[in-house]
Amino acid sequence: MTPIRDSTGAPHARLLGVGGYRPSRVISNDDICQLIDSTDEWIQTRSGIVNRRWADDHETVQMMGVAAARAALEHSNIAPEEVGCVIVATVSHLLQTPAVAPLIAEELGTNKAAAFDISAACAGFCHGVALGADMVRAGSAKYVIAIGVERLSDLTDRTDRSTAFIFADGAGAGIVGPSDVPGIGPVVWGSDGAQFDLIRQKETWGDAFAAEDLTWPHLRMEGNPVFRWASFEMAKIGAQALEAAGVTVDELDAFIPHQANMRITDAMARALKIPAHVVIARDIAQQGNTSAASVPLAMERMIADGEISSGDTALLIAFGAGLTYAAQVVTVP
Amino acid sequence: MATTEEIRTGLAEIVNEVAGIPADDVQLDKSFTNDLDVDSLSMVEVVVAAEETFGVKIPDDEVKNLQTVGDAVAFIERSQ
Repeated sequence: MTPIRDSTGAPHARLLGVGGYRPSRVISNDDICQLIDSTDEWIQTRSGIVNRRWADDHETVQMMGVAAARAALEHSNIAPEEVGCVIVATVSHLLQTPAVAPLIAEELGTNKAAAFDISAACAGFCHGVALGADMVRAGSAKYVIAIGVERLSDLTDRTDRSTAFIFADGAGAGIVGPSDVPGIGPVVWGSDGAQFDLIRQKETWGDAFAAEDLTWPHLRMEGNPVFRWASFEMAKIGAQALEAAGVTVDELDAFIPHQANMRITDAMARALKIPAHVVIARDIAQQGNTSAASVPLAMERMIADGEISSGDTALLIAFGAGLTYAAQVVTVP
Repeated sequence: MATTEEIRTGLAEIVNEVAGIPADDVQLDKSFTNDLDVDSLSMVEVVVAAEETFGVKIPDDEVKNLQTVGDAVAFIERSQ
């Protein structure tokens, strides 16, 4: 048997920087209520959302992904040529083939970095961070960019009063690189395909085109079962991620869950018994639910606002269609 | 086995904790939505807490049938 050499990576991985891109169009609840029978008060009570951002025509998935990744590279002081892999988590890049990641890697100026998309819906960014950390530790890449980017406004039925006010657009990115000490705890992740129907594109593209009435296959969601699953089952996953990292809730500085709905964030925080000193991400109020982009966008805002600083300990947890979920404890870059 | 009144009292404490409604207002004839202003998301939280407190299972399909406090108390009593 011919011996095969193996790669060696860094002892540990950490987040070195984060960046975000918030699209230009601010859409208020009153704007949303032009097409649905609802009110600003109802939307705020049910979701905590006051405004959301929707992308303009020029703010494509590629454009927003590049902008967020550039900001993250700048924050981490890493040159694009040093990046070994670009992972893009998205469900709203409407050109199905090829992936958007190679275009983003090219536009960023990486040196032909490996690049691919992953489809883990709202849980995408935490999946990307987990993959990136494993690559850095295994030696597959020295630096990895994990990007979450969505234009959910393209997939939203603006006349559906249960989802029209929730979904939004934006991009967030994190740079994962080598570290002497652990900066990204073990990922606790999984899926529950038995609940595939709870959040989904309502039909396949094929079915949509075959129908007599050609309609766009929008996203739809069963609100109450999703609320129950996200608030209570996901709190258990968050607790497992803390345990896996050997960190107690009292040792946390920040709790940064996927910005799905403020009520889910509140219920999860209660279930996890998050102490009062821990800062809780509430980016959803002005950003809406940006799916894969929400965790890095929230982290970026908390750093910019001085709510958290480099070296703080944060619990990340993201969950969504699939159902899919991933959680890890990280050191704030 | 908890009695009807014990279940109502336990449920009242849960509704108070989840939605801030005074426990004394949570009487058997009260509608969660119309009288107590418990919205559908708060109702999910009430149901999950009730499942833990009373050791019963309240399926999602059943929740919509629990219009009044009395409906919920009766369901829990039957499920014990």
